[in-house]
Amino acid sequence: MGSTTGPPGRRRRRVTAAVALLAAASLFTACGSGDDGSDGGGGGGAKDAKGTDDGATLTMWTRAATRPQSEALVKAYNASHENKVELTVVPTDDYQAKVGAAAGSKDLPDLFASDVVFVPNYTSSGLFADLTERIDALPFADDLAQSHIKAGTYEDKKYVVPHTLDLSVLFYNKDLYRKAKLDPEKPPASLAEWDAQARAVDKLGGGVDGTFFGGNCGGCGVFTWWPSIWAAGDEVLNEEGTAATLDSATAKQVYAAYRGWVRDDIVAPGARDETGTTWTGVFPKGKVGVMPMPSTTLGLMPKDLDLGVAPIPGPDGGKSTFVGGDAIGISATSKSADQAWNFLAWSLDDKAQIDVVAAHKDVVARTDLASNKHSEADPRLVTINQLVADGRTPYALKFGQTFNDPNGPWLTLMRDAVFGDGSKVDKDNEAVSASLAD
Amino acid sequence: MQGLSPRATRGLAYATPTAVLVTVFFLLPLLLVAQMSLSDWPLLAGDRGLNTPENYTDATDSTLFWPAVRFTLLYTVIVTVVLLGLALLLALLVQESRPAAGFFRTVYFLPGALGLASASLLFWGLYSPTTGPLSSVLERLGLVDDPVSFLGTPTSALLSTVFLVVWKFAGFYMLILLVGLQRIPHELYEAARMDGASRAQIFRRITLPLLRPSIALTLLLCVTGSLLAFDQFFILTKGGPDNSTVTVVQLIYREAFQRLNLGTAAALSIIVLAVLLLLNALQFRGLRRADES
Repeated sequence: MGSTTGPPGRRRRRVTAAVALLAAASLFTACGSGDDGSDGGGGGGAKDAKGTDDGATLTMWTRAATRPQSEALVKAYNASHENKVELTVVPTDDYQAKVGAAAGSKDLPDLFASDVVFVPNYTSSGLFADLTERIDALPFADDLAQSHIKAGTYEDKKYVVPHTLDLSVLFYNKDLYRKAKLDPEKPPASLAEWDAQARAVDKLGGGVDGTFFGGNCGGCGVFTWWPSIWAAGDEVLNEEGTAATLDSATAKQVYAAYRGWVRDDIVAPGARDETGTTWTGVFPKGKVGVMPMPSTTLGLMPKDLDLGVAPIPGPDGGKSTFVGGDAIGISATSKSADQAWNFLAWSLDDKAQIDVVAAHKDVVARTDLASNKHSEADPRLVTINQLVADGRTPYALKFGQTFNDPNGPWLTLMRDAVFGDGSKVDKDNEAVSASLAD
Repeated sequence: MQGLSPRATRGLAYATPTAVLVTVFFLLPLLLVAQMSLSDWPLLAGDRGLNTPENYTDATDSTLFWPAVRFTLLYTVIVTVVLLGLALLLALLVQESRPAAGFFRTVYFLPGALGLASASLLFWGLYSPTTGPLSSVLERLGLVDDPVSFLGTPTSALLSTVFLVVWKFAGFYMLILLVGLQRIPHELYEAARMDGASRAQIFRRITLPLLRPSIALTLLLCVTGSLLAFDQFFILTKGGPDNSTVTVVQLIYREAFQRLNLGTAAALSIIVLAVLLLLNALQFRGLRRADES
């Protein structure tokens, strides 16, 4: 008890210190007990295939890259249902950060769409509610785009459904092809032909360039370069997504083509700096001959631009595409899972897919609807829809930090291969594998 | 409140609201970050067990860590020297109450009223070789033959960012130095002129020594701000090209929101906090010594 006999100043300091310690201890205890996890609101409840439409207000996030498609679906749903979806569009580059921060504070919306390549990371982190029974109860469950379903399956449970499908395809400017004495009905069927046609258009001069790509954008690279590797029958990742084979002979052939375009100035200005923010804004200006583009931009092209669409070819032929876009799920913390499912089930039914998605010149999320009144009216849509069967959606838990992170190892490989020291590709591929296995 | 004098009670009543605010918005988050830095911290459910020293060793083991430290220090030195020099020059130019001095003070300060993120976006648009006007203006003037890649090489990306920061903050620091300049008594200048001192002598012997507290404050703000640089690089360069402009705070962001390693991000934050505390303590010590002398 000797400690209580000190002078008043010292005593006061000790009391203050004790209070501070107690406060700190209670804080630590409070924080330590806060890991009870979600209450599983999302997964439980009725398993009615149509969900509940009782006038609930649902919150939903989507990324800016697929905003037009999400907005169209939400607008049509709100106009025909008691439930109302409040859509928030998040800048594409900030989406991962926003989802991460919201998950940390258990503040996720009822529904959130995600770039399909990030889905494995989110499912393994417990961000989505289990939808296995609900999805299996859909009459068209087997016709849903299986690449998205596969990406959203973790430990045999299904967590997401396809929301918007975005395929990488070649767009080519038929007017420029005519001016360059190329046949506008014969797009490139191999990387070699793509090279020749881009160079022919580039020779027109006067601000016209052969091709363009996002040279400082990892996501653009995986979306538009990998299909050329797949088209040749090669792989880019192992099945578990824990190692890369981006140093294969085919991959190096692809890099060599891009390197040649940069070296010979066939590429429109800005490719080296392009971080992905404006890369799809170059082709609509009508000054680029042929370049890979997201299929979702077809409906946004200027009416007077005479453009053709073709699959992305491999070095010597073949065709493939990156089946990207957004998959959507109900967040693990949602309290309105039945209502949220009502929106998801509706968004996949015949009417929404044909009258909203296909009418907007977008790829439908169901293979049984690939041929519909809208796609049949536009042969370019037929080309795109048919490509789904030849495309891939890569699977890796560490996809974002490896391939989309602007400071990640894939962007280093990309830039070394095309702008820098090409001999570093093998070593860079090891860094990519190390990040995938991290 | 038994035993406290009325004066002490009144003082406590005044201090309590601030103490509560500081505790809730500063101390508690700080303690939370300290706890995160020692633990596994999954996004949703999961075990939040001890993860020390792994969080700290993971933070410094990253291949980007030391290059980011070196780059942040280089950026801090360049920005501090350029910004301080320019701010002092501007302050000296508008020190006297001449005609239009008020106009120029306002013009110099205006960029300071803009948010850093907004200013960065503005410059990103100006610098863009695809959509920006700056490159085509230079081409039309015949100053360059090809589109200029302002953010395309490590050196140009650094200098372009320094230009933005100097444009944005020079006026703000000018204001601090201007207040310092105007606190110097006119009689001192008059006496020096009477004694036949030159402009350079007056500047070296009177202005600089008496301006020291303002310079020290500017230095403190500038160094701290530069070591915590994030917005401008996140928007303009994203750490590129080729990871040449990654700052330490960008690493924290990357760990937290790209790699979702909240524990490692918190460990990095604690390291940065410790360095800043040390640096600020040294600067305060220097400042006090200068005051005493």
